[in-house]
Amino acid sequence: MKTGDPKKILAVSSSGGHWAELLRLRPAFEGHQVVYITTQKDSARQVPDSKVYIIGDAHRGKKLELIWMLLVIAMIVIRERPSVALSTGAAPGYFAIRFARYFGARTLWLDSIANGEQLSLSARLVQPYADLWLTQWPHMARPDGPEFRGSVL
Amino acid sequence: MILTTVGTQLPFDRLIKAMDSFAEKHTEEEYFAQIGVGSFVPSHMTIFREMTPLGFRQACENARIIVSHAGTGNILLALELQKPIIVMPRRAALGEHRNDHQLATVHWMKDKSGIVVAESEAALHAALASSASLVQKHIVTDRASDQLLTTIRDFINVDTKR
Repeated sequence: MKTGDPKKILAVSSSGGHWAELLRLRPAFEGHQVVYITTQKDSARQVPDSKVYIIGDAHRGKKLELIWMLLVIAMIVIRERPSVALSTGAAPGYFAIRFARYFGARTLWLDSIANGEQLSLSARLVQPYADLWLTQWPHMARPDGPEFRGSVL
Repeated sequence: MILTTVGTQLPFDRLIKAMDSFAEKHTEEEYFAQIGVGSFVPSHMTIFREMTPLGFRQACENARIIVSHAGTGNILLALELQKPIIVMPRRAALGEHRNDHQLATVHWMKDKSGIVVAESEAALHAALASSASLVQKHIVTDRASDQLLTTIRDFINVDTKR
């Protein structure tokens, strides 16, 4: 495959601020096929030209919800087989990146701009599975990651 | 309409009081306030303890100006809707937050996005008084920085297999 050929991108985030940040990355997806996973059904209206999976939200500590989310995301990844997976957070992005990488995708984590003083829990957990592990704050960057390469603003 | 919001997790009575005293003096405008778990109940604004995400978005769309505790979700939503936003960060010294991390976050975001930061009631009232020009000077985009977009574009287009 030559550089620039269309690829399938799996773009994942929970609703609210994480989703708003993900949408601001859309210009980088041009020329590729994007499949979204998010947690609020109204969100699909904002990306009418893409396939959007709406999954149930899960809160940290609610084990059954998290296990269900994990299974649903695993099924989506197996069905879609993306070549790139990326996320701005939080739990759904962590699961998607882990499964997508297991099935051969290259993976990117962009930690939320809200995390200017400490990385999110998802960011810390996802580190071993993210080929590119980014913070949006220059002062949060470290030699062994995360890297700073710009922000959503 | 001016929408004031303080989020749902911590009270922020100082901001609600400051907005209520502004609303008392400037009655030509309509005021909505989402006051969360605060104990001060304003008498010159229509209040909500919480709003649904959709209801909150709708309220932001209807607002002329958004006044916010400096939640990043609020700031991004305001930018996305192209609404002027004035933020007042919580202060640890006043018992409003555990630390002043938010202060640093907000000033950095100010440089990026042109949001207005008001650290006191006086500064907030001054910003509101000149809010007509606020609309004019606010320039926003709906996309990430070129540096980040280039990074992600390059990452997507790389062809090497792991």
